[in-house]
Amino acid sequence: MGKVGIIGVGQSAFVRQYPGSIRELAFEGFKNAMKDAQITVKDVDASVVCSAPEYDKQRSPAGVFAEYLGLNPQPTFYVESLCSSSSMGLRLAYSLVKSGLHDVVAVIGFQKMSEISSSESQERMGRGADIQWESPFGTMMPAYYAMYARAHMAAYGTTPEDLARIRVKSATYGQLNELAVYRKPVTFEMFADPNDRMAGPVASPLRVGDCCANADGSSCIIVASEEKARALSQKPVWILGLGAASTSVNLAGRNLFTGLTVAQEAAKQAYAMAGIEPKDIDVAEVHDCFTIAELMAYENLGFAAPGEGKDLIRSKETYKEGRIPVNVDGGLLSKGHPIGATGGSQIRTIVLQLRGEAGAIQVKDPEIGLVHNIGGVGLYGNVTILGR
Amino acid sequence: MGKKIEIDDRFKKFGTVSFTAITKTNDFIDHLEQGKVVGTRCKECGMHFFPPRADCFRCLESHMEWFEVAGNGKLVTYSKLEYGPVGFEKDLPYRIALLDYGDYKVFGRIDDAVPDDALSMGMKMKTRVNRLADGQLNYVFQPA
Repeated sequence: MGKVGIIGVGQSAFVRQYPGSIRELAFEGFKNAMKDAQITVKDVDASVVCSAPEYDKQRSPAGVFAEYLGLNPQPTFYVESLCSSSSMGLRLAYSLVKSGLHDVVAVIGFQKMSEISSSESQERMGRGADIQWESPFGTMMPAYYAMYARAHMAAYGTTPEDLARIRVKSATYGQLNELAVYRKPVTFEMFADPNDRMAGPVASPLRVGDCCANADGSSCIIVASEEKARALSQKPVWILGLGAASTSVNLAGRNLFTGLTVAQEAAKQAYAMAGIEPKDIDVAEVHDCFTIAELMAYENLGFAAPGEGKDLIRSKETYKEGRIPVNVDGGLLSKGHPIGATGGSQIRTIVLQLRGEAGAIQVKDPEIGLVHNIGGVGLYGNVTILGR
Repeated sequence: MGKKIEIDDRFKKFGTVSFTAITKTNDFIDHLEQGKVVGTRCKECGMHFFPPRADCFRCLESHMEWFEVAGNGKLVTYSKLEYGPVGFEKDLPYRIALLDYGDYKVFGRIDDAVPDDALSMGMKMKTRVNRLADGQLNYVFQPA
């Protein structure tokens, strides 16, 4: 059985309010990935559509997209794991290709969050938690991650300033990313000024600057068998390792509050499958829906020991020139987080890095890259390792 | 005329906004009415469940008994919300928290009467039933 490769990547700009319908939004990521792969719709054997459905008025978007994108009569279906939907889509595409069922599969992620208000959106996001036992208390994603942040601070001496360091790094690169929703500079002075929006309270100890923004966007990854990848692509990137895990939806069922067990578990699987160790990773994209999420990812992926994530950012080792560059495309904090499109955007960044086509954010000669994509508050975890 | 089917939707009384009306753990609400916060324990294997559940995945049986969340738990972590989801605006600001009772953990709110500076990580707290102004029921954590 041969390898499975990625031969095309694309995303739309991530924007506050996309001026079009969801099928038109999906076209943007798809078009870019297809042009990148230099293939036509006849080359695509199946499509997997990934999003969080509660934002959509359209039932079953997969069928609508397949028609609009010219992918009939090939099979198409929908996959959902909240914010990690398109990494889960990639996992499915891998298995479809590896099994020999299909040769080329398009993984299409999208989300148009702007159709509902921000507070309605928070309410829907909160319902990604346990709606029977926790949502009646008024839960929200920032508050859940804030509970992890407080536990991490209490256990290890991580500070709000450490979290601000993550956001400042993100903005350093977000300014360079033309597809990012937030492209303004962010400084430590902004976090220190109680009147600045960045320092505004959301859910203690997290502040406005610790949170990513909602956005509309789409992404697309074209996955192919080794034979097809070698025939169609000059620079295929190979899927070396895949990991995925789940845990208790309610916090009461968990035992760790200073990290995400799904990330630990998915990373362990992905490293084992790829036959590598954390030190072998040259560049990484991690799921920084909140600053604390990136800091915990450093530890859960083995880039730092438990409690030492703060030291990694204090010493700037996760900057582009550092020991392990993380989110040098601006991450979710700068790009925005159109739920179903996010994983595909992370994968796109790593593929471009491995091809040496990342432009201003290119890391020096990376051979192996990692994508960490989390669904819900550490409910689902996907880790994907890619190599040249 | 068919006989009208009675729907047991007691659970809609849980919390500021309940998203669930019908569950096999509806008796939880009756216990709250009587001032008790309860979880379930599997009669077969003795495993404690909080939040309560009707079914045991270990035994693949549904033989549960109620136990009262009594004594003190330790404050594992918490957050104070300055923004809330739709339907919770009037409660703001409020604090959500997790207590560790050893055999199980309890997720809920910290009593609004407890000032922020009275909270410390790891402190002992107790769980008390709380009746909201509109008659809805939840439970809150208070210093032990």
